[in-house]
Amino acid sequence: NSGIVCLLRPLLLDVIPSIRQTAALALGRLADYDVELAEAIVKAGILPQLICSLPEENRYYKKAAAFVLRAIAKHSPQLAQAIVQCGALEMLVICLEDFDPGVKEGASWAFGCIARQNAELSQAVVDAGAVPLLVLCIQEPEIALKRIAASTLSDISKHSPELAQTVVDAGAIAHLAQMILNPDAKLKRQVLSALSQIAKHSVDLAELVVEAEIFPVVLTCLKDSDEYVKKNGATLIREIAKHTPELSQFIVNSGGVAAVIDCIGSCKGTVRLPGIMTLGYVAAHSENLSMAVIVSKGISPLCACLIEEHEDHIKAAAAWALGQIGRHTAEHARHVAIANVLPTLLDIYVDTRSSEDLKMKASRFVTKKALKDILQKCTYLPALEPLLHEAPHNIMKHVIGQFSKVLPHDSKARRLFVISGGLKKVQEIKAEPGSLLQEYINTINHCYPEEIVR
Amino acid sequence: RAIDEDRKTKYIAAVKIQRWFRACRVRAYLRHLSKMAVLIQKWWRGYLRRKNFRDIVERAYFIKKLKFYNEMAVRIQKMWRGYYVRKYIHNFYALKKYLEAVSVNNELVRSELQEYAEMKENEEKMKDLEKKEKEKKYQARKMHYLLSTEQIPGIYNSPLRKSPDPMELLLRKSKPLTHRKQKMESSFADELYDWPTCKKPPAFVTALPLLPADRQKPQGPFRDPAEVLRQRYKPLEPTLRVRESMNSPPAKAREATGREEWRSPIHDKEFLPFSSYHKNAEKYEPSLCKSGKYGREAYGTKHFREVCPKKWIANK
Repeated sequence: NSGIVCLLRPLLLDVIPSIRQTAALALGRLADYDVELAEAIVKAGILPQLICSLPEENRYYKKAAAFVLRAIAKHSPQLAQAIVQCGALEMLVICLEDFDPGVKEGASWAFGCIARQNAELSQAVVDAGAVPLLVLCIQEPEIALKRIAASTLSDISKHSPELAQTVVDAGAIAHLAQMILNPDAKLKRQVLSALSQIAKHSVDLAELVVEAEIFPVVLTCLKDSDEYVKKNGATLIREIAKHTPELSQFIVNSGGVAAVIDCIGSCKGTVRLPGIMTLGYVAAHSENLSMAVIVSKGISPLCACLIEEHEDHIKAAAAWALGQIGRHTAEHARHVAIANVLPTLLDIYVDTRSSEDLKMKASRFVTKKALKDILQKCTYLPALEPLLHEAPHNIMKHVIGQFSKVLPHDSKARRLFVISGGLKKVQEIKAEPGSLLQEYINTINHCYPEEIVR
Repeated sequence: RAIDEDRKTKYIAAVKIQRWFRACRVRAYLRHLSKMAVLIQKWWRGYLRRKNFRDIVERAYFIKKLKFYNEMAVRIQKMWRGYYVRKYIHNFYALKKYLEAVSVNNELVRSELQEYAEMKENEEKMKDLEKKEKEKKYQARKMHYLLSTEQIPGIYNSPLRKSPDPMELLLRKSKPLTHRKQKMESSFADELYDWPTCKKPPAFVTALPLLPADRQKPQGPFRDPAEVLRQRYKPLEPTLRVRESMNSPPAKAREATGREEWRSPIHDKEFLPFSSYHKNAEKYEPSLCKSGKYGREAYGTKHFREVCPKKWIANK
């Protein structure tokens, strides 16, 4: 900080190569530690000196230089932009073409840090011609190199569909798909995340990923012992499932839904989130698919998630998924209601009502919508009765609406309704005359003889 | 005057009667007229109606037929649409079968995944066990001195025990560790790192895996990988001489000549296996090329005829 950078600068141009290497390594470690040091290094104009002699240097220097660039680029987009403007990308490409795997690893890691920052920088990385070299790196036998190359490809393709298309055109998908079988856990994490970043942009990309025949293999990843492998595998399936009903159908046919459900059941915390969203997307497309989700015993893990999880967004996701499952027809709503989900949803809704936090508002909105959707189709009265006693006003409207639809036709239900005290509760509700609620109450009252009503 | 009044009353009566009679006549006449008018109108209307009757009947018939046909058509369409929807669009039984198939498939997938998970766990356990075994064996080899002798029982073989400790048995089995440090094993257990040194070729030697046709060849003077692999894993084809066993006739014949040579050696120096015996007996005699006036010449060790440091790659 106090002039270290200026001291190191002449050492970079020293005659002896090991001094140059050590100076570069020192700069890299300084930049790695602190943002301001990185900015100081950039401002001192060291980068052009570092880079200009790169092609003739030996591999330790190249590794150290790549380390410096990566350490600077990882802090902020402006620093990464400064690096790109110095013309570092061409030099890094030269490093990528080197024979030594350590150098390649350093260069691809630097590319990854640059591409991670934003879309223009990723575009710059692609324009420098790095993608085919990265695809070659993936095929190398060293595992660390494969990991870094896969994570760089994932960072490049996550920003926009065109970048993802560039990565696909370089033939990355076939190699990534082959590497799913590799036993190393960290490699699998990166590969799955790369595939999911590619698949998330559009239907064609998702179809390309599916055509690489990942399907039964990805399900084994969902059973891996590493949490993040499971999470990334579930993310991949989610990105594929969300585009069209046909893709979801394909996933269901290959037994993916069962694997995802088991995965949700076995994990805890944020790792479950992509799995929950997968179920939601699959169920949202059509009623046959949501029936398939129900048949694969999907509701009970979702219910368990709702009850056990403390995180707000996971609860919201589980509520949304349940809403998507239950909203299609009365059958679906019945299955959801039988699992005793509705009181839980109601509790969450009522709970979150009391706080004014913004995040809670989102989950409240989602739970309300899910409740409404399920209630509008639910004709399973035993599940609706507990709601009658506890629900706030706007939910009560729907509950009573459902009662008023079912009671006129079913005499046994009427009897049960009176016995369980529901009729008394209905009388206690005060509604403005002429409102929908009043109409429903009137309909219910008409079903019974006058003496009982009074 | 009574006659006048009489006449007047008669006159008035006559007028009344005449008036009444004329009125009757007029009424009869009016009645007749209206009857006639009605008759004419009746006939005229009947005639008109009879003229239009055909049209009306035809129209009514036509409408009746249309209604009938419509109803029949509705019936047919109703049956067809019901059938079509039930068979193709919302086929309940197919849906049920599909859902059953999905659940069966799910069960399969779940069981397979369960097996896979179990297999992995077993592998982990086996790895752990093997590691522990290795550790134990290494420890046993190191602590070989703890073995019990005839006179003194070792730690693991106390006289109070009925049978010796398993550690004792292990110690008995293991070879003592030499002073030389054991070769450090590589810590990577992955198969990938075994690849460069593995003895048997990977399965895909002859046909390379599915690389895209336009893949950029890695930079450098590399040979074709298939060729390289073929050369590396070329099966051993020993020559005739090597292949033969030691006891076959040609080998025995060679032995005879060997014995003759042994009998009449060319040089006298015997082969003595212990190097320390030689040290005092022999001294090294440097060759004429390398011994100069003042001792050893630098040529041959410090410099050679031709040296070009710029071309050396190692220092870069």
